[in-house]
Order: sequence, then C-alpha cells, then structure tokens
Amino acid sequence: MNTSKILRSVVQALLAPLIAVVVSMAVTSIVVVVAGASVGDFWDVIFKVPSHRNLVNITNQSALIFLAALAAAIGFRMNLFNIGIEGQYTLAAYTAALVAGQAWFPGKVNILVALLVAMAVGAAWAGIAGVLKVTRGVSEVISTIMLNAIAGTVVGYLLSNHGQQYGQGRRTTPIPESSQLAGWTPWKESDGAIWTLVILAVLAGVTISFLINRTRFGFDLRATGTNEDAAVVSGVEVKKMVVISMLISGAIAGLIWMPALFGGADYYGPPFQRTLGFTGIAVALLGRNRPLGIFFGAVLFAWLSEQANPLALVADISPSIVQITQGVVVLAVVVAYEVVRRWTAAYEQRELKAALDREAVSA
Amino acid sequence: MSATVTEQGTPAGKPSGGIVVRDILKQFPGVVANHDVNITIRPGTVHALIGENGAGKSTLMKILYGVQRPDGGTIEVDGKQVRFSSPTDAIKAGIGMVFQHFMLADNLTVLENVVLGAEKLHGIGDEARAEITRISDAFGFGLDPDELVEDLGVGQRQRVEILKVLYRGAQIIILDEPTAVLVPQEVDALFANLRELRASGRTILFISHKLDEVLAIADDITVMRRGETVGEADPKTATKKQLAELMVGSELPSPETGESTVTDQVLLTLDDVGLVDERGRALLKNISFEIHRGEILGIAGVEGNGQEELVETIMGMRKGTGRITLDGKDIDSWDTRERREAGVAFIPADRHRHGLLLDFPLWENRILGHQTKEPSSNGFLITRKAAKESAEQIVADYDVRTPSINTNARALSGGNQQKFIVGREMSSDPSLLIASHPTRGVDVGAQAAIWDHIKRARREGLAVLLISADLDELIGLSDTIEVILRGEIVGTFDPQTVTPQDLGAAMTGGHSTEEGGAR
Repeated sequence: MNTSKILRSVVQALLAPLIAVVVSMAVTSIVVVVAGASVGDFWDVIFKVPSHRNLVNITNQSALIFLAALAAAIGFRMNLFNIGIEGQYTLAAYTAALVAGQAWFPGKVNILVALLVAMAVGAAWAGIAGVLKVTRGVSEVISTIMLNAIAGTVVGYLLSNHGQQYGQGRRTTPIPESSQLAGWTPWKESDGAIWTLVILAVLAGVTISFLINRTRFGFDLRATGTNEDAAVVSGVEVKKMVVISMLISGAIAGLIWMPALFGGADYYGPPFQRTLGFTGIAVALLGRNRPLGIFFGAVLFAWLSEQANPLALVADISPSIVQITQGVVVLAVVVAYEVVRRWTAAYEQRELKAALDREAVSA
Repeated sequence: MSATVTEQGTPAGKPSGGIVVRDILKQFPGVVANHDVNITIRPGTVHALIGENGAGKSTLMKILYGVQRPDGGTIEVDGKQVRFSSPTDAIKAGIGMVFQHFMLADNLTVLENVVLGAEKLHGIGDEARAEITRISDAFGFGLDPDELVEDLGVGQRQRVEILKVLYRGAQIIILDEPTAVLVPQEVDALFANLRELRASGRTILFISHKLDEVLAIADDITVMRRGETVGEADPKTATKKQLAELMVGSELPSPETGESTVTDQVLLTLDDVGLVDERGRALLKNISFEIHRGEILGIAGVEGNGQEELVETIMGMRKGTGRITLDGKDIDSWDTRERREAGVAFIPADRHRHGLLLDFPLWENRILGHQTKEPSSNGFLITRKAAKESAEQIVADYDVRTPSINTNARALSGGNQQKFIVGREMSSDPSLLIASHPTRGVDVGAQAAIWDHIKRARREGLAVLLISADLDELIGLSDTIEVILRGEIVGTFDPQTVTPQDLGAAMTGGHSTEEGGAR
C-alpha cells in the first residue's frame, strides 16, 4: 500500500517532464527533417557520450543556469514575474568584478566581499521593481524588463568609459591571482576544471529549498503564491512579502556569474555570457519552480547546448536548432503538468469516494 | 441523438408536461451518483424535490435538462420516452431551467437578455417586446422589457430568468433553489408567480432544502438521500420533522442556543467605525456595538450591504475610521496578523477564496492563519510534526471525512472543508470568533455539528460575531441581532421575539419592496 503510493507519486512527478521531453524530441525531429538534415545524425550528435571536456562544461553551465532558474523560481512561487534576472546579474557581475579587481582585501576575503557585493547589487536592482510594485502599483513584469535595458546600458557605458582597454574591447581590472580559484580538475588539465564556486549553486539550492519548505516565511510565500486572498486573511502582509521576495530573487540572481568570474573569467568583459537570465526563466518553468526539478532542467539545457556544438560539422545543421528543443520542452511541460494535475485531482477524488464508501459500509 | 418528442400542441390551460423518471443511474468519479431514482411528476403541479446538499439533486436536474446523460433508466415526458443529448433537446421537449446563479448580462436590457440565443423565435424587435410584455402581464411579473438588468433587484432578476424560460416555450420549469437568494417578502412574491404558472397548466419542479417553503408551495414532494429517491410525501399531511427525518435519516437539528451565557465582560467594542472606498463612497458608517464574552451577536442584512467590509475592517484587512477595542486594548493600529495572534478566529464566507489553500494538503491548511503560533511553527520554522498532529486531532474531533491529512483540501466536499476550517479556528483557543455564513452550502449533518461547536465555544466564554443569510440560523443562535443596510446599523432586535418577516422588512429598509438593497 505504502510502496505503491510512493511509486505513484514518483510516476506522477516524472510523467509530465517525460511527456514534455518526448514531445519536444518529436517536434525537433520534424524541424530537422524540414531543414533538410538527417534526423539520425542529429540525435547521434546530441546523445553522443560526452567527452571529459564536455562533461566539465556541462557541469559548469548547469550551475549558472541553476542559479538563474532558482532566482526566477523564488518569484514564481509567489506569482511574481521577475523577468529582470538578466539585468540583475549583469549589473551584479560587473560590480563584483570591479570590486574584486580593486583588491581592497587579501585573497579569499576579496572573494567573499565580491560575493556579498554581487548579492547586494542584484537584490537592490530587483528591489527597485518590488518597491515600485507595492508603492505605485507598477507591474513587476514591465519594470524589470525596463531595468534590464537600463542595466545593460549602464554597464556598457561604464565599461567603455572607465574600463581597461583589452584587445578589441574593454574589461574591468582583472582580479588578483590570489583571489582566483583553481577549481577541480577531475581529468586531464586540458579537459578544463570544474569551477570552485559551482558549490554556490548547491548551497543556494539547499538554502532556498529549506527556506521555502520548512520555514514560516516560506509558508507565507507559498500561501501568497497559491491564494493571495487567503494569505491576506491569514495575516500575511503581501506588500512586505513582495519586496522581500524580490530582494531574495535578486540576491540569488547576483550570484549567477560568480562561479565563472572566480573560476577563470577573472574580469568582466567580452567573455561574459548573456541571456542566462532568460534561460533561467525557461528552466524554472521546466522544473516547476522546485529546486530538484530545476536541477534536472538546468542539466538538460546545459547538455543540449554543449552537445549541439559539433552539429554544423557532423550533421550539417545549425546548433541553434537545440533552442527549438529547449523552447518546445518548456511549452510542452506547462501543458503536460496541467494534464497530469487534472488526472491526479480526479484520482484523488475517486480515492476519497472509495474511502468514504468503505467507511459507510463499515458503519 | 435528438429529442424524440417535438410536438407541443397542447391546448392552453390543459395541464401538460408530466414527467416520469424511472431507475435513473448515473455514475462518475468522485461525485455522488444517482441510482434508483424514481419520480412521477404530475402535469400542472408544483413538485418539490428535497434533499441535503450532495444528495444527488443537482445531478438529477442536469440529467433532466440534458446537461448530462444518464447511464441507465428512462425519462418520459407526456408519456413519450425521451433522450436528451443537450439542453437544446430538453428545451425542444418543453423543459426549461432556472439556475441558482443567474445567467444575465447586467449591461443589457430585459428584452436583450431574454432574446439572447432565441432570436429566431420572435425576432429582436417589437414582436419580441410584445411577447415579453404578454408573458410578464399574464403571470404578474411586472417587468419592463427596456429596463437594464443592472437596475433590477434580486427578485426581479429571478423573474427575468423565469421569463426567459417561458419565452422559449417551456411547459416544465425546473427551479434550482430559487429562494436561496431571496428575503422572505421576495419569496412570497415568487410563490405567487409560481401559483399563476401552475394555474396556466405548467409543471414546476422546485428544488430546495428549506422545508417550510416546500410545505407552503408544493403539491407533491419527493425526497432524495445519498443519490436515490427515498420517499414521497403529501405536503397536506407531512410535517417538517417527518421530511427532515427522510432527508437525513435522523432528527432535524435546531440552532437554538438554550439559555443565555452572556457575561458582563465586554470583549469587542466598535465605536463609530466607518469605511470609505477609493472614490469616497461610504461603505460603512457610524457602526457601534459591543460583544461580551459568551455572547453571539448576529448581523442580518441582504448581501452586499457592508457585511464583508465590516468583517474585513475588524480583521484589519481594511483601514477604517473610528475605534475598535479588543479586550480593552485599542487595536486600530494592529495588522491582521497581530489581531489573529491576539485571539481573533475567522470563518470566512468564501472558504475557497479566503479560507483554504486548495492545492495544499490538509495539514498545511491547519497552519494557515496560525502561522506564527504553536502548533504551526516555533516562530521561524514550521513544526511539521505538531501541525500534523493537530490536523489529525481536528479531523477526528470535527468529523472531517477525508482519507488522510495529506489529502489536498480541494478533494474534500464543501461540508468537510467547512468542518475543517471551523475546527482549525476553534483549535486556536480564540477569544473572538468572526463567523461569516458558517453553514452556507453544507449539509444538514455538518450544519448541526458546526452549530454545536459554536454553541459550546459560546458557553466557554467565546464572543462571536455571526453573519448569516439564513435568518433561522441568526435567530436561533444569536443573543442580539443587528440589521445592516447600506453600511449602517438600522435596527437592533431581540431574537426571542423577532420573526423572519420583521428582519426581512428591516433588511430591505422597513417596507416590503422588491429592491435587493444597496448595491
């Protein structure tokens, strides 16, 4: 009885993502055919056993995507659409790189300070949207999108006016060597290293998971997200919650680029990876805003992007095609979850009725 | 499959529209199904169908109106077997239905609402207007075809619904709990209309669980329980008690509270409380009253006259003017959480919107509204074990029918959800209970249980603010009744001496008009 129950809940949890992945594979296959390439070649490339170097890259990318998705998920759990992760992590990454580059503190302390700065800047940038929402009723969707544009412009301006000339572009002063982290090299040196601060993703995931599921604050947050009216009746001050949630979401967003910054990027400049914030939103949807779900989503996205690189060479098709797979999987998962939810609700109703009937018979 | 009956050439005045329902069977997951449903409705009569919530009345109605198809059994209309696959077929066979929740467009006129979807019958112009006027006059509806629906009172809106059905040629009219939304004076007016309809030879199926009304209007009564028809009664000889016993299989519960337990300790005081909306209109004005420990103060009023705003002001969800003191302490500056922590319990009118997190398990719903206190949390962390134990306790003590406390609140029936809410609020050891329609939409068994819990808590010194649309409940439970109209207290009554008619008159402004009160 109990094992079958556990089994059922596992099936319920996995069914929707599974359907979504199958659907997106089918759609991608069709697109590949329409584009005139070989479906077999395409999937061969995607499912090829990753090389050591690929594995390192997938791990590193997964961590960044995971942090971005986690930031989005905190907002989503409360029906707040923080579309501004992009701007928050851009500004945070720039500021942290700037501060770390000044080397005001020695070695590891420098890193810690930079991390705190990154979180504070991300939180502040998101907090603007939160405060605008509760004081002026501005939709956070609109304000965060605008803040994205502002953040991009501000960073671009500061970099080109105060940045250090480096090759074709400009960059912030590189962080001192004492503050760079070597990472962990599981295989050969040439395969690359897993960034030390990938651990940030793990820590953030565990912390947020605990915060949301085990604390009173988390309960208030989830209650507000699922039924704001009932939350208000229960004594939740929604305005305060909106601001706090935006601050937390922004603080996590501020961490997104940190593993890369201290793991090898060493400065803010051209290698900076854009659009992680938007990828994070998609992955949060895919993972249903649950840290574990987001983890699998992040790995899937990182895998697809990494494995797609040789597509142009091997299968004569643009690697961008995996973006279709990524898009469809998000779309499909939303639909699939709704279907599974209804199915579960109907099942629960039947179970309830059966239980009550048993009770009626025995009474 | 279309209706097999299309002829409608019954001469006016001669009763038609007899329905014979035999052995109807309907099964679907999770909801009470119909089985062994047998009803014979004589043409030209008012036939009452009574039963508790969840007894299967709605399912049967939907089958008769073609919304759902039965899995077995037969339906005959005027001696001919029919099979409906949609309401269109039912309308063709002369069956019309008036739903409990009106389906009218407020910003359209009576005429426009009536012809909507039936444009082919008499067009949309003068011919339709003439037909509407004719029907309205024939049955004493007093409706003006060109009036906007938003200007109509509740009673008038209901007559528009009935007119819609008649306009489409219905010989058989199904009314789903038509009196639920009406004050006593409006009920009388409705019954006068129904008698006219019966006199014209039409057949009426009247669904209700209010026994007084059923006895007053019906020619025949059929009782349903647990999805089947369990008996018939003759309203001339049957008593309320007999009917109730047929309905629930037990004795009719009464809200009577017995002797007074009112103490001289004032718990809640409202002093000149007012509230205005964003446009400066007064939602509440000069509200002053006191509730003592052990006292139930009832608020009577037509819905939408400020009851909700009053509750929200006391709960701290809205900022009003004036002074509110709880147990001697001025609580005006307190937020909702502080007030709840101080011992204010709340049973909201709309349990889905305000009382539950439907997709959360029951034990997490135990926490809602009590997040800051034991056994829900230690202030920072949710204490899962204690919350679960408390939820188990509520399920046992308040007879909540559920497979487990891990079941989502959504899966429970309305009555069980309500019992859980009552249990949760009572378990927090409150000093003040605000109960807004605490027994709305729950069956007789749950209603009696909820009344008992409120009465017990009152004996133990709880102060209760009771808001209800059920005047019998208000009169039975309250120690004092205040009537609210357009945001003001317009009268104070002693429940020992007041009648529902008196209250009804006060609720509508002192005279028996058709107006539904302030909007």
